Amino acid sequence: MSADLAARAGTALPAADRRRARPGLALTVLAALVVVAAAAFLTVGATGSWSFVLPFRATKLAGLAVVGTAVAVATVLFQTVTANRILTPSLLGMDAMFTLVQTVLVFVLGGAALAALPATGMFLGQVVVMVGCAVVLFGWLFGGQRRSLHLLLLVGVVLGTLLRSASGMLQRIMDPNEFAVLTNRLFASFNAIDDTLLGITAALVAAGCAFAWHRRHVLDVLALGRECATGLGVPYRRAVLEVLVVVAVLVSASTALVGPVTFLGLLVANVAYVVLGTHQHRWVLPGAALVSTLFLVAGQVVLEHALGFDTSLGVVIELVGGVLFLVLLVRGAAR
Amino acid sequence: MIEVRGVTKRYGATTVVDDVSLDVPDGGLVALIGPNGAGKSTLLSIMSRLLPADAGTVLVDGMDVTTTRSDVLARRLAILRQDAHVGSRLTVRDLVTFGRYPHSKGRYTVEDRAHVERALDFLDLQPFADRFLDELSGGQRQRAFVAMVLCQDTDHVLLDEPLNNLDLRHAVGMMRLLRRATDELGKTVVVVLHDINVASCWSDRIVAMKDGRVAHDGPPAEVVRPEVLSDVYDLDVAVHELDGQLIGTYYR
Amino acid sequence: MLVAAAWLLPALAVVSLFVGVADVRPVDLLRLDPDAWGLVAVSRGPRTAALLLAGASTAVVGTIMQMLARNRFAEPSTTGTVEFALLGLLVVTIAAPALPVAAKIVAATAFALAGTALFLAVLRRVPLRSPLVVPLVGIVLGGVVSAVATFIAYRTDLLQALGAWSTGDFSGVLAGRYETLWVAGALAVVAYVAADRFTVAGLGEAFTTNLGLDHRRTMVLGLVLVSVVSAVVVVTVGVVPFLGLVVPNVVSLLRGDDVRRTLPWVATLGAALVLACDLLGRLVRYPYEVPVGVVVGVVGSVLFLWLLLRRDTGAGRVG
Repeated sequence: MSADLAARAGTALPAADRRRARPGLALTVLAALVVVAAAAFLTVGATGSWSFVLPFRATKLAGLAVVGTAVAVATVLFQTVTANRILTPSLLGMDAMFTLVQTVLVFVLGGAALAALPATGMFLGQVVVMVGCAVVLFGWLFGGQRRSLHLLLLVGVVLGTLLRSASGMLQRIMDPNEFAVLTNRLFASFNAIDDTLLGITAALVAAGCAFAWHRRHVLDVLALGRECATGLGVPYRRAVLEVLVVVAVLVSASTALVGPVTFLGLLVANVAYVVLGTHQHRWVLPGAALVSTLFLVAGQVVLEHALGFDTSLGVVIELVGGVLFLVLLVRGAAR
Repeated sequence: MIEVRGVTKRYGATTVVDDVSLDVPDGGLVALIGPNGAGKSTLLSIMSRLLPADAGTVLVDGMDVTTTRSDVLARRLAILRQDAHVGSRLTVRDLVTFGRYPHSKGRYTVEDRAHVERALDFLDLQPFADRFLDELSGGQRQRAFVAMVLCQDTDHVLLDEPLNNLDLRHAVGMMRLLRRATDELGKTVVVVLHDINVASCWSDRIVAMKDGRVAHDGPPAEVVRPEVLSDVYDLDVAVHELDGQLIGTYYR
Repeated sequence: MLVAAAWLLPALAVVSLFVGVADVRPVDLLRLDPDAWGLVAVSRGPRTAALLLAGASTAVVGTIMQMLARNRFAEPSTTGTVEFALLGLLVVTIAAPALPVAAKIVAATAFALAGTALFLAVLRRVPLRSPLVVPLVGIVLGGVVSAVATFIAYRTDLLQALGAWSTGDFSGVLAGRYETLWVAGALAVVAYVAADRFTVAGLGEAFTTNLGLDHRRTMVLGLVLVSVVSAVVVVTVGVVPFLGLVVPNVVSLLRGDDVRRTLPWVATLGAALVLACDLLGRLVRYPYEVPVGVVVGVVGSVLFLWLLLRRDTGAGRVG
C-alpha cells in the first residue's frame, strides 16, 4: 500500500528534477568567485607602492588558501570515515592536540635547543609526533565497537578542554624565557601567518590533497560505514588509518599557520555538501576547498578592508559556525 | 562452497557462537533460523569477515576469510546486515552503483551501468531510483540495499533478516527473488529468517541454531516438525500440511 | 572514599594556611607572632575560606542544575550559564566601569539567568535522542557567547581582563575582596533547605505536579540559585570548569540521588577538590602559582572523560 503511494509520488516528481544539482557548474562558479575574491584581496584599499603591496598580500593570500584547503579537506575526510556530517577534527580536539604537542616539545627540549633548530625541522618533528598521537587516540575511539555519535562529540569537546588546559598548565610551569619562545610560535592568526612555514605546509597540504584525490573512489565507499565498506571489499581498518594520518597532517599544517579554528571545517564542509548536491568525493573535495578559501579570502576582504575590523575573522567564524552547529543539532542532523 | 570449521565467538563470559561447523555447498537457498540471541547474525558476520572469530576458520571457495584480500572476497561473497544504514545523502541509484565497486573500483563502465539498471528493475526500484535514501520508507530502503548486494553479482549472498520492514507483498516478492537468484542464476543464498513458515516454504535447507550451536540441520521436511521446532524455540509448535506446504502454528 | 575526603578537608584547609610564598609556620602562630597572624588574617585565611565557599557552592549548584535539566551532564559551565555571566561582567565593565562589585554581580546574574533560560528553551527544541545532546548544546552555546564576548573585548581592549576572568584564580584573594562568596555559601544552604523540592523536580513535571508541588516555581527558584552562585563565583574568582559536574556525579555513583542526603557530601567533596587543586597549583612551580582554573581544567576534564567512558558505551547507549 504505502509502496504504491510512494510509487505514485515518485512518478509525480520526475527523476530529472531531483538530479538537477549540477556539481560541475557549481564548481566552476565557486572557482570564479574565488578568483574574484583573490583579486579584490590583492588590490582593494592598497596604498603605496604596488611592488611592495602585491608580494606582501600574495603571501598572505597563499597562506589563506593553504589553510582553507587543509581545513576543508581534513574535515571532509574525517566526516567520511566517521560516516556523519557533524564531527570534525577540531571538534574532537585535534588542533588542541597540536598545540599541546608544540608546548610539550618546548617544555621537554627547552627553548634554547629549539631556537637552534631550523623551523622546518621542528615543524616536521611536531607533525610526526602529532600523527602518532592522533592515530593512537582516534584509532582507539573509532576502532573497536561502535560508539554513539553524541558520546564521541562530548568526549571530543572535553578532550579539547583537557588538552588546552594541559597546554595552559605547562605554559605556566615552564621557564618564562621559554614561554616567550613558545608564544612566538603559538600566537599565529589569520593576520600573522608564519611565512617561514608557508612553503613546507603548502607542500604537506598538497601531498594530503593528492592522496585524497587518488583515493576518491575508496572514500566514496568508506562513507557507507564499516560494514558496507567491508562487504564491498575495502580493507576498512587500514583505509581509515591512512585517512586519519592524512587528516592529522592537514590539521597540523593549518594549526601551525593560523592556530586553532574550531568551526571553520564544519561550516565549509556542510556548505559544500549543499552547494554541490552530491556526496561524491571527486566533487566534494575540490568544492569544499574552494568554499573554504572563498570564505576566508572574501571574509578577510570584507572585514579588514571594507569594515576596518582587523583580526576578527577567526571570531566571526566561531560565531557563525557555532550557530550552524546548534542548528544542525536542533534539526537532528546528528544521527 | 562455504566451509565453517569450529567457529567460536565470545563476548566477555558469554559464548555467542559455540564451536559451529557448517558446510554450504554451491547452489541452494539456506535459511538460518533460531530464537533471539541464538548467534545467527553473529555467525553470518563471521562468515562474511565483518567480525573476527575467537576460534575456528571460515573458507569461501577454499580461501580463508581472515587472510584473503578483502576485495577478492567482495567479488565472491556479498553481505547485507540487518541494520544497514548510511550517513551520507545518497540516491537509490548511487547506492546500487556501489555494488559494482568491487569489480571496477569506482571507474564504472557501460556494463556496470547495465548491471545497476537490471538490479533496479529486479527490485521494482525504478520509480524511486533518483530519490534520496532518507526520503524512502523502511521497506523501500531495505530493497535498495538488497539491490546493491545483488548488483555486486557474487556467487554467495548472505542476508541478515532481509524481510525486516517489508509488508507481506514485498516479503513474498523478496523471497521469490532470492529463489530466482538461486534457481536461474545459480547463486548460493544464506538468509537469516525470523518466520519459520517463510523458511519452510522457500528454502532448500534449514539450519536451526540455539544457544550458539547448530541444533538441527536439514531440508524443511526434516526440520519443520513439531518436536524439532518446540525444542529450538522452547515453545509448543504444531505443524500442519496446508496446500502442500508445512506450516507451523504457535499463536496460542 | 567520601568519608576519607571529609576527613581530608580540615587537613587540607590547615595546610592551605601555611603554603605560599611568604613563610608561615604553625609554630609562629602558636607563639602568637603578630606578622604570622596578620598574614593569615589578611591573605591565607580569606584564601582558604574563599576556596571552601567557591568549591562547595559550585558543586552544589551543579547538582541543582542536573536536577533542573534532568541530565547528569548539566552544570553551569556546560549550559552556557558561566559564559553568559562573563558576557554580563564584560558589558557592565564597559558600560559603567566605576560600579561597585555588588552591581557587577547583579549584571552578571541577570545575563546568567537569561542565558540559562535561553539554554533550556533551545533544549526544548532539540530532539532529545540522547542525554549527551544536553551538555553538547550547552557547551557550543557557551562557545558562541564566548566568541561574542571575545569580539567585544577585542574591540574594547579588554581581552586580557576577559582572559583573567575566564580562569579561576585565588592568588588575588585578600580580606575585603572575597566576602561576596559568603553569599554563594548562604545560597548553598538555601539549596540544602529546599533540597527535597529539587529531588522531586528531577523526576519530571508530571511527577512534581502529582505530588502537589508547583513545578514552575521550583524551576525558577533553582534557576535563580544557579545563576546567582555562578555569577558571584565568576565575578569574584573566575571560572572553575567542570567542578559542578564531576563532584555530583561521583557522589551520585557512591551515594545515590536523594539530594537531601547527598548535598552535604557534594559540598564537602567540592570544597576538598578545589582546595587540593589550588594547593597543587601553589606547589607545582613554587614560588610561582598556577591558577586553580587551569588545574581544575586538567583534573576535571580527566574525571569527566572517565565518567563518560567508564562503562564504555554505557552513557551513550541510552541514545
